[in-house]
Amino acid sequence: MNFRQKHILGLEELSSEEIKFVLDTAESMKEVSERDVKKVPALKGVTVVNLFFEPSTRTRASFEIAEKRLSADVLNFTPSESSVVKGETLLDTARNLEAMGASVIVIRHSMSGAPWLLARELRSSIINAGDGSHEHPSQALLDLFTVREIKREIAGLKVVIVGDISHSRVARSNVWGLIKLGAEVRVVGPPTMIPRDIEKTDVKVYYNLDSALEGADVVIMLRIQKERQESGLFPSLREYSRFYGLTRERLKRAKEDVVVMHPGPINRGVELSSEVADDVHSVILNQVSNGIAIRMAMLYLVASGGGNG
Amino acid sequence: MKILIKGGRIIDPSQGMDEVRNLFIEDGKIKGYPRDTEELERDSTIQIIPASGKIVSPGFIDMHVHLREPGFEHKETIRTGCAAAAAGGFTSVVCMPNTNPVNDNASVTEYILLKARTEGVVNVFPVGAITKGQKGETLAEIGEMWEAGCVAISDDGRPVMNSKVMRYAMEYARAFDIPVISHTEDINLSSGGVMNEGFTSSMLGLRGIPNASEEVIVARDITLAELTGVHLHIAHVSTAGAVRLIRDAKRRGANVTAEGTPHHFTLTDKAVLGYDTNVKVNPPVRAKEDMEAIREGLKDGTIDVIATDHAPHTEDEKKVEFDLAPFGISGLETALPLALQLVEDGVLTLPEVVRKLTFIPAQIIKSDRGTLKVGAVADVIVFDPNRTITVDREKFRSKGKNTPFHGWKLSGCVLYTIVDGKVVFSN
Amino acid sequence: MSTKVIMDSETMSRTISRIAHEILERNKGAKELRIIGIRTRGIHIAQRIADKIEELEGIKPPLGTLDITLYRDDFRRRSDMPKVQKTEIPFSVEDKNVVLVDDVLYTGRTTRAAIDAIMDYGRPASIQLVVLVDRGHRELPIQADYVGIKVMTLKNENVEVHLKETDGVDEVIVV
Repeated sequence: MNFRQKHILGLEELSSEEIKFVLDTAESMKEVSERDVKKVPALKGVTVVNLFFEPSTRTRASFEIAEKRLSADVLNFTPSESSVVKGETLLDTARNLEAMGASVIVIRHSMSGAPWLLARELRSSIINAGDGSHEHPSQALLDLFTVREIKREIAGLKVVIVGDISHSRVARSNVWGLIKLGAEVRVVGPPTMIPRDIEKTDVKVYYNLDSALEGADVVIMLRIQKERQESGLFPSLREYSRFYGLTRERLKRAKEDVVVMHPGPINRGVELSSEVADDVHSVILNQVSNGIAIRMAMLYLVASGGGNG
Repeated sequence: MKILIKGGRIIDPSQGMDEVRNLFIEDGKIKGYPRDTEELERDSTIQIIPASGKIVSPGFIDMHVHLREPGFEHKETIRTGCAAAAAGGFTSVVCMPNTNPVNDNASVTEYILLKARTEGVVNVFPVGAITKGQKGETLAEIGEMWEAGCVAISDDGRPVMNSKVMRYAMEYARAFDIPVISHTEDINLSSGGVMNEGFTSSMLGLRGIPNASEEVIVARDITLAELTGVHLHIAHVSTAGAVRLIRDAKRRGANVTAEGTPHHFTLTDKAVLGYDTNVKVNPPVRAKEDMEAIREGLKDGTIDVIATDHAPHTEDEKKVEFDLAPFGISGLETALPLALQLVEDGVLTLPEVVRKLTFIPAQIIKSDRGTLKVGAVADVIVFDPNRTITVDREKFRSKGKNTPFHGWKLSGCVLYTIVDGKVVFSN
Repeated sequence: MSTKVIMDSETMSRTISRIAHEILERNKGAKELRIIGIRTRGIHIAQRIADKIEELEGIKPPLGTLDITLYRDDFRRRSDMPKVQKTEIPFSVEDKNVVLVDDVLYTGRTTRAAIDAIMDYGRPASIQLVVLVDRGHRELPIQADYVGIKVMTLKNENVEVHLKETDGVDEVIVV
């Protein structure tokens, strides 16, 4: 098949074939990172801008390394260093960068839909590195890649996503990716944190973590942000971790070879008990190299195929 | 000025009229319905408007418009807003007080009326604020505003959250026999929301405004209206639950009226997909069931009036992240074709549409316009309900080009707008 | 369009045998050889050459596969998007005699890309090129060290190499 997308804004718009294509391409990209000279000339002469309005060392570093491995010219743009502080609009900022020759813009923004605004108004290819509560396609693709590596097949797996689903772009992207690839998805969290009508996407909603974990193959734990407690969505972190925190004891209900993942950074003692956190850590380190491979695949596919579209 | 409108189908719900007749206007008033026009046609001082195959009706009255002046002239001015109204077939507009300064005292009311007199081509009826600065705390000078010419009071744009304040405002308004127009939103329930709360908002990762946020205040205000006896007018109804509450209240005989906007009877929240900020409006467009309930409400009379909630904004203001865009749709110039769509869909007949745009709003604001009775002020429009148009926001006379209907193919086009017996718009 | 068979199964077998001999002759044995096949059919031809060398010398040279998609000079101009396949080079090329194997040598661009790719793995002592068919029309100054068959073709003709492993039969045809 041909991957003919000019942008990668989210997993909702991608077909299962397209998602598989990205994962397969990432397999080949992974090899580049295992050589001595970790570079290929595929994006030589292409200027990529990392436009990160939200702080993020890991995702940005991962994209940056991926871009450099493809020989692209990289420009990092963060608002504190820039005229956005002086009141420049998102569109004006992006247009200036495009005028400087950027043909791919990787954008992370605190508001849902920001990448769509750029995709509509600019000529460049846009890659969404996380928009508000909406989608985080590279993280989900990386999660899918890791799960596929460990479990070989995604179809038929029971995947449980735990935490603040409403505010999680990682959760949304993972829901789309997992469902399209045939997994059974369960979301668990306090009712105040489960998005309205999410059952319409075919996920099963649970408010009880123990029942959700029965027979699970994969558990994805989401980070709890303190601001949510302050806005009244749950009474205290203590109560949250009692009912929704993952412990070794609780994990016994899942399958024996269950994989636990967390997009990081972990709140030890809240989402995960310390011992579970140590186990998770090893998967996290594995995900770092997968993350670079996935992002290389995304950049390559968008810069080469879609640009002609 | 003398005008003869020849051979049009005259729809005037105030007289129960729906037939092909000639209409003669002289000195700013409806002179009569001459059967024989030969003599008149030979008079060269008379402007002849051929209206065969077209509709002639009283000029529309829009009960909910934001003219933005004073204070937000970059979005719209009284001049441009009135020009837009005329192009849309509206000969009267009722303008909301959320200007800067807020219209919460007689001098702002007088300013608006002065500007309207000198620069506005259509009639402007101001609405005064309920509370000072629309802060929801203390009553504005309602009596003086009424004397200066306000036809109703409203804090539109915001609700009056304090029930005690709302109660006193309603009681006080009774002294001047003016309606209280309520913007029904519980700002705690809606806080941070930018679109309808539902599946679409969940998937778009945007905070939602639940139906409940409108319904709790509709219920509260109906209860307070029944307690105080005031005429309550519910602005821009958007939920099925609100329609139900209003229907039940009317059955009980409560003095409640309600309005529906074209975007609420045409769009659902699926229109937000793709993050089009031109769909961002408060109250938001909601689910299919809600849109259909509003149509049902128009059909059975629960919703008395069609009003646009015309809310212009500049292009720059709307070309931003969805969360940051201001709420509002520029609606004066798309109201007629969208309302005619209701006729095509069998929701209302053409005379019923005209009634909800002329006779009923005139009654609510106690105006003697909205009628073509002999001797009435000549506010008349001629429109072609069958001409197909493609909505082109660049052609809008409003400064606000923020419409979700750009490019839509619809039917219905205003040909002439006559205010006080003078043609102020022709197409 | 007429189809001409320019190499049949028997001839292919003998040609590969001959090429294996030539490689051994030039490199004075199999010791420092590393064989890398260019996807897709180059890999199978490389496999056969490696097998033949093992037959002749008793040593089987290490075998690698190379996907040159990421080194192409035209990837942003193509209307179809070739899938990036895996490259597996499980040995060091440093100071070794690398024998690149491809099925058809035409413009020379694939070879150029392959050379660039190999250079990113280290500094070989030499890179030698094996092709089953040289069909002319070079656009870069590239030559093959070992050629199965040289044939003059028109630009609008297609040279297809069919192998048992991928196409069920061994033959080279001009379409």
